Amino acid sequence: MTAAVMVRDVAVTLDRTPILTGIDLDVATGEWVTIIGPNGAGKSTLLKAIGGLLAHTGSVELFGESLTTLSRRERARVVATVAQTPIVPPGIPVLDYVLLGRTPYIAPLGRESRTDIDAANDVLSSLDLHRFGGRQLESLSGGEKQRVFLARALAQGANLLLLDEPTSALDIGHQQDVLELVDGLRRDRGLTVLATMHDLSIAGEYADRMVLLADGRVAASGRPAEVLTEDLLAQHYRARVRVLPGEQGPLVVPVRQLP
Amino acid sequence: MFRRTGSVSTRTAIEPARLRVRWLVAGVAAVVLVTIVSVSIGPIRINPWGVFLQLLDEIPGVHLNTGLSPRDSAVVTELRLPRVCLGLLVGSMLALAGGCYQGIFRNPLADPYLLGVAAGAGLGATAAIAAQHAFAVLPAAGGSGTPYAIPLAAFVGALIAVALTYAVGAGGSRYRSPATLILAGVAVSAFFTAGQSFLQQKYVETIREVYSWIMGRLTTAGWHDVLLLLPYVVVTGIVILSQRRQLDVMAVGDEEAESLGAHPRRTRLILVLAASLGTAAAVSVSGLIGFVGIIVPHAVRLMAGSSYRVILPLSALFGAAFLALADLGARTLMSPNEIPIGVVTAFFGAPFFVIVMRTSRRV
Repeated sequence: MTAAVMVRDVAVTLDRTPILTGIDLDVATGEWVTIIGPNGAGKSTLLKAIGGLLAHTGSVELFGESLTTLSRRERARVVATVAQTPIVPPGIPVLDYVLLGRTPYIAPLGRESRTDIDAANDVLSSLDLHRFGGRQLESLSGGEKQRVFLARALAQGANLLLLDEPTSALDIGHQQDVLELVDGLRRDRGLTVLATMHDLSIAGEYADRMVLLADGRVAASGRPAEVLTEDLLAQHYRARVRVLPGEQGPLVVPVRQLP
Repeated sequence: MFRRTGSVSTRTAIEPARLRVRWLVAGVAAVVLVTIVSVSIGPIRINPWGVFLQLLDEIPGVHLNTGLSPRDSAVVTELRLPRVCLGLLVGSMLALAGGCYQGIFRNPLADPYLLGVAAGAGLGATAAIAAQHAFAVLPAAGGSGTPYAIPLAAFVGALIAVALTYAVGAGGSRYRSPATLILAGVAVSAFFTAGQSFLQQKYVETIREVYSWIMGRLTTAGWHDVLLLLPYVVVTGIVILSQRRQLDVMAVGDEEAESLGAHPRRTRLILVLAASLGTAAAVSVSGLIGFVGIIVPHAVRLMAGSSYRVILPLSALFGAAFLALADLGARTLMSPNEIPIGVVTAFFGAPFFVIVMRTSRRV
């Protein structure tokens, strides 16, 4: 089977500062891989490089096609990104926001066709958002907004979803809701998911594999149980944790060390 | 828990926000109504119905008995209509450019003068006026005594200022943000304004004339000015309106717009060029008329919706009507003296805007 993502020796330098160095990464089609790492490790930068949003050296292939050979519109039909804090345009209705996801199918000087409008309505219905379609996006709650952000990405019709901290602004219940939703979509639609996350326990429960980034390099990768170890987390996060066995994956519990 | 439900076919499809016909009709009606009223009112009152028929009579292939005397007909076609048309064109261009700048910079305070057009045009016009006073070598032409050197110098000054702003603000690293361009505009504007102040101090006898130009005026309008401006407004207006969906996409920020397959940097360059060229052409014949470019797009946004597919065409229509109406006030409120049109746009525009802001559901 063709790998959904194949990254080889990718390096990114911003303002003469190396952010990523020598990154190799493979994500199989239909797989969920979560990138973890301390603040400043380069997680979001790696997602942007894979999404074609940052200049980089090395090679990135998406479903067997080199990123450099894809036009912007072609790329947007292959990979959809949900940013960590998406910008909500003032006053935009939910349906109009989701319709922005159809941009790669609309000529630069064109307008949405009936097919695009139906596709956006279908996505809203499938995520149980149809009743919000006419409402202004900024009036929705955090959890509802996150679903709308996902809906825009799904409207792109891409098979690869890049999620940058998809649950960072949500309470624990909404975190689980959103991740269950993504997992369901992955199974139903055969999507491939590459996400970054800070909550290690939740990340380990949903990911097939995890990649630990530290100082712009891959420090470890493998199944959640292989990456979420007390030694690795102590070494790269400088955190005192206990890793306990859980039903779906390891549970990482911070432990305070009294003097 | 979220549920995934059935297809849209089992529900009523929601339609996206669009330019509603009633708003388009209202905009066109406002333009026609303001045109008829403006042409009718003046030192000589002319029957509005006759004016309406005269306007129809001007359409090629249409011949009507307007009922107007030859004198009234001449007043309509040679004196008042060119001035009203110039007001419509300038108002349309400034409102369109203002809405466009607000979109490409995602900044509600953006106006058509953001990137230095006003300061550049001001310096150009001041230099031309000062040169006329100092050397008396520049030709004063035009039936009503309009010196073409002033609009030309204003136009060139405006374009130089915007080019300089773009060179400073968008050059170099690809990671520069749109905010850098705005800051470059502030710096270039300050530089050009300093040059203008220097010239005014050096040639103090020009202050009155420069001040009059800065406040804006349509008093010297003839068909020549209209024909001079028309191609700029038409061409740049078409370019701006053609990019209106791209402006909606850019509302989510450059990075997200790129992830959607858009080309925000290229779109921004195209729109900055078009809006600046159109604005430079407008101010070169009308002077610096403020307020239209910021208030009209916002009023439209508050009343009709936030999509640039709604804002831009309606701004063009209501901007045209607003400025023509302001010019009617400028020439009639203290007749026979004229009030600077910039004073009228601010004096009546600000309270109107406050009313819209307080009563709109969208605030």
